[in-house]
Amino acid sequence: MTRYRVAIHIVPRRGLLDPQGKAVTDALHTLGFGSVQDVHVGRHIVLEMDASDTSAAERSTRDMCQKLLANPVIEDYEIASVSTL
Amino acid sequence: MKFGIVTFPGSNCDYDAYHAVVDALGEEAVYLWHKDHDLHGSDVVILPGGFSYGDYLRAGAIARFSPIMREVSLHAERGGPVLGICNGFQIACEAGLLPGALLRNGSLRFVCEAVRLRVENADTLFTNRYERGQLITVPIAHGDGRYTADAESLARIEGEGRVVFRYVGGPGDADEWWSPNGSMNAIAGIVNAAGNVLGMMPHPERAVDDLLGSSDGIGVFESILSRVAA
Repeated sequence: MTRYRVAIHIVPRRGLLDPQGKAVTDALHTLGFGSVQDVHVGRHIVLEMDASDTSAAERSTRDMCQKLLANPVIEDYEIASVSTL
Repeated sequence: MKFGIVTFPGSNCDYDAYHAVVDALGEEAVYLWHKDHDLHGSDVVILPGGFSYGDYLRAGAIARFSPIMREVSLHAERGGPVLGICNGFQIACEAGLLPGALLRNGSLRFVCEAVRLRVENADTLFTNRYERGQLITVPIAHGDGRYTADAESLARIEGEGRVVFRYVGGPGDADEWWSPNGSMNAIAGIVNAAGNVLGMMPHPERAVDDLLGSSDGIGVFESILSRVAA
């Protein structure tokens, strides 16, 4: 068993109204960052886990995302990184 | 009839639900602790409002894995009535008892006010004491009440008459753009395909006494009573 640190990005599903992203976009425009076209605010989850290898850690993480960490009706998730500790 | 009211850590409308059932409706109610493994003979289960588990992760996401929810799901599968109010609606969606999800209000503001609802389907376990098209006044109090579903699910629940309550502003007028939370099609409450699970963001249990501004919500409880007791 190896200990891994897994980072997961969860963002609102594209196409759904994202009022938080819109509010942040507007605030950035007010601050003069007019080049910003779009903002999406989501969650970043970091977990530490034991697994036999990297692919096992990824598999297990996907399972966690589907069951609890993300809601597939409204969110997309992406495993951003898997690194050994 | 016996109502089981689930108390999750962070539930805060369980007492209101108890008051509605016992004092307004005159029926029996028991509190069911989230760690319980049985419904103690409840005929109807209420998932009350509140902020179970602090709304951590997503509203209702953690509560759905409470031990009691296994029993609640089995009860629902057997055709037993389940009434999910506010946080209870969010939990029911997370648990897959109802389609869709409740997202942050379009305004990004917590909204606490009395709203008008139109009864869209008066032929359900939960609405048979109302008339179709009847306008009722019931309070809402939530930050995450924007009903959202994929196009296919939305078409299905609309087509099957499963949108039970809709927010209305002007006389008989419903539009998601001025619904208090930006819900798709101004949806305030839906039932599952079998018709025995209702999820709604407004609080009928807080509208059972004219002293508190409205008693329009009692109809939900009376409807259950008339149908289940019959």
